[in-house]
Amino acid sequence: MTSAPAPIKAKLRIGDLVFSRSAVFAGSMILVTLAAVALFLIVQSIPAVVATNEDASILKTNFWDYVGPLVFGTVWAATLALVVALPISIGIALFISHYAPRRLASVLGYIVDLLAAVPSVVFGLWGIGVFAPALVDAYAWLNENLGWIPLFSGTPSATGRTILTAALVLAVMVLPIMTAICREVFLQTPVLHEEAALALGATRWEMIRTAVLPFGRSGIISASVLGLGRALGETMAVAMVLSASPVITFQLLTSVNPNTIAANIALSFPEAYGLNVNVLIATGLILFVVTFAVNAFARWIVSRRKEFSGAN
Amino acid sequence: MTIQTTRPPETSAPIANSLTAGRLPKSAPWTILVAAIAVAAAVFGVVAIGSGSGYNWGGALFIGALLYIPAIWLFSMLVEGRRRAMDRLVTALVTGAFLLAMIPLVSLAITVVSLGAARFDADFFTMSMRNVTGEGGGALHAIIGTLLMTGAAAVISIPIGLMTSIYLVEYGRGRLARGVTFLVDVMTGIPSIVAGLFAYSLFAIFLGPGTRTGIAGAVALSLLMIPVVVRSSEEMLRLVPNELREAAFALGVPKWLTIVKVVLPTSIAGITTGIMLSIARVIGETAPLLIAAGFTASVNYNLFDGRMQSLPVFVYTQYANQGNPPEEYINRAWAAALTLILIVMALNLIARLVARFFAPKFGR
Repeated sequence: MTSAPAPIKAKLRIGDLVFSRSAVFAGSMILVTLAAVALFLIVQSIPAVVATNEDASILKTNFWDYVGPLVFGTVWAATLALVVALPISIGIALFISHYAPRRLASVLGYIVDLLAAVPSVVFGLWGIGVFAPALVDAYAWLNENLGWIPLFSGTPSATGRTILTAALVLAVMVLPIMTAICREVFLQTPVLHEEAALALGATRWEMIRTAVLPFGRSGIISASVLGLGRALGETMAVAMVLSASPVITFQLLTSVNPNTIAANIALSFPEAYGLNVNVLIATGLILFVVTFAVNAFARWIVSRRKEFSGAN
Repeated sequence: MTIQTTRPPETSAPIANSLTAGRLPKSAPWTILVAAIAVAAAVFGVVAIGSGSGYNWGGALFIGALLYIPAIWLFSMLVEGRRRAMDRLVTALVTGAFLLAMIPLVSLAITVVSLGAARFDADFFTMSMRNVTGEGGGALHAIIGTLLMTGAAAVISIPIGLMTSIYLVEYGRGRLARGVTFLVDVMTGIPSIVAGLFAYSLFAIFLGPGTRTGIAGAVALSLLMIPVVVRSSEEMLRLVPNELREAAFALGVPKWLTIVKVVLPTSIAGITTGIMLSIARVIGETAPLLIAAGFTASVNYNLFDGRMQSLPVFVYTQYANQGNPPEEYINRAWAAALTLILIVMALNLIARLVARFFAPKFGR
C-alpha cells in the first residue's frame, strides 16, 4: 500500500512576498482613496448643512434653498445634453460600424475620438466666442415661430449664453464616449445574425433594426447613463458659457438660467471665505453622491449583461 | 486556317435589366443632394437680397443638407417603395449625424488656430504675467506649472495604478478584487471638480484653510489619472498569453520575477500608450487646479509652497479677468488654448505611434 506523496510546498521567497504585498497595498489604496474623498467632503460639509444666511454670506435663507436651483440646473442641463447627444451618437456609431467604407471606419472613429481630447476650457472658450453668437439668430427664430411651446417662450437672450447653448456644448463633449461605447457594442453583433437578416431579404435598415439594435440595447443604455454622468460633472464649459442666476425655470432661450453645481463651485470658489467654502464643498458632496449613483447604475447594467455587451 | 466564330445576332433594343428595374440610378442621391443645396442656396440668395444682409453660406449648406433628407425619401418612395425609402432615409440620417458631429470639431480647429496664432510668439513662451497689464506677457509660468503638476501627478499615479492593475490581473481573487474593479470604474466617473474639492479639503484640514499649493493640484490630478492608468494597464496585462506565464513557472521562475521579466516587457508598449493617454487627459483639466492650486501671475518652481498657475487655468483667468485692452487678454487665452491643444494632440499622436511600433510581435 502506498501513501499519497506529501504535497510539495512552494518555497517562500522574499521577492514574492514584497511584490504581492505591494500589489495588494496599491489595490487597497483605491478603496482608501475613495473612502477618504467621501470622508473629507462629509467632514467639511457638516457645518454648511445647518448654516443660515447669518453664518455664510453666500446663502439667502438656508442651505437647502441655495442648493435646490443648483441641483435642478445640473439635472436639467445634463438631461437636455443627453436628449441631444443620444440619437446623434447612435447615428455616428452606426455610421462607423455599418455604413462607412471598411477602410475608412477606423480613421473616422479616431476623428470622433479627437473631440474627447479637446480640454473643456477650450470648449468653453469656443462656446462663448463662436457658438453662442452663432445661435442668437436661431434662438430668435425659434422664439418667434415656436414661442407657444413653453420651453421656447420668454424674451430670447441677446448673447446666446442660455442653458440650451450650455446643453449643446455638453452634448458635443459627451458625444465621443457615448459613440465609442455604442460602436463597440454594434461591432460585436454576431455576423451570422446580420447575414441571416440580409439573406431573408431585409434592407440594411431592417437588418440593423432586427439584429444590431436589440443586441446593443444594454450597451446603448449604459452609454447614455455614462454620458449623463459626464454631463452632470462637467464644469468649465458650463461655467464659461452660461450666464446664470439662482432660479428654477424650464425656459431655454432667455437670459435667466439656472446654474449647475459644478459651474457654481468653479465660479464662486476662488473668492469664497469662511463658511462659504463649506457651503460650496457641501454642494460638491451632493454632486459626488449623484454621479456616484449614476455611474454605479451604469456599471451594474453593463455587468448584468456582460456576456452579451462587452462594453466595459 | 482561321477559326470562325459565330456571334449571336445583335438585338435591336436592349432588354430592360430586371435587376435594376424599379431602383433609383446610382447617381440619384448625389443629384438630389446637389439639387437640394441649389434650392436652399437660391432661397437664401433671395432672402439675402431682400434683407440686404450678407450671404449666409453655412446656413444655405445646412438647410440644403436638411432638405435632402425628405427629398431622397420622397423620390425613393415613388420609385422603390416603402421599405427601400425607409432604408435611404436612415442612411441619410446616419450620415447626417456623423457630419453634424464634425461641425463643432472643424469650427473649433479653425477658430483655435486662427485666433491663437495672434499671440503664438516667442514672448508668449519666455515671459510670465508678472507685472504685466494689457499688452505683452506670456504663459511661461503656466507652462512650468502644468509640467510640474502633471509630472507630480504622474509620479503619484503611475506606481499606484500599475501595481493595482498587476494586483487585479495576477493576484486579485475574491471580494477585494471585485470591489476594487467596481470602485475603479466608479472613480472614472468622479467629476473633476469634486477631485479638486477633495484635494483642497485634504490640505485645508492639515495645513489650515485657504492653502493652495501645486502639490494639492497634483493630488487632485492623480485622483483623476489613477483609474485611467488602472483600466488601460489591466487591459494590456490581460492580453499577455497565459502560455508565457506557464512557461516561466515551468522553468522555476518565481512569480514576481515572471511578472517583472516576462509579463511587463510583453505589454510595455500598451501600458506606455495608456499612461500617455491618461496624461493627455489630465493635462487639460481646469476645474480641479482652479480649486486646489489657485492662480498666480508669477513663476513658481516649488510644488510645496504657494499658488501655481497652469495652462488651462491661464486660459480661464485670462478670459474671466479681462483688463484693458480686452483683446490682449482674449488673444493670450486663445494662444494658450492653441498651446494646450498642440500638447494634447502631440501626446495622443506619440501614444498611438508607440502602440504601433513597439507592440509585441506575435506569430510571424
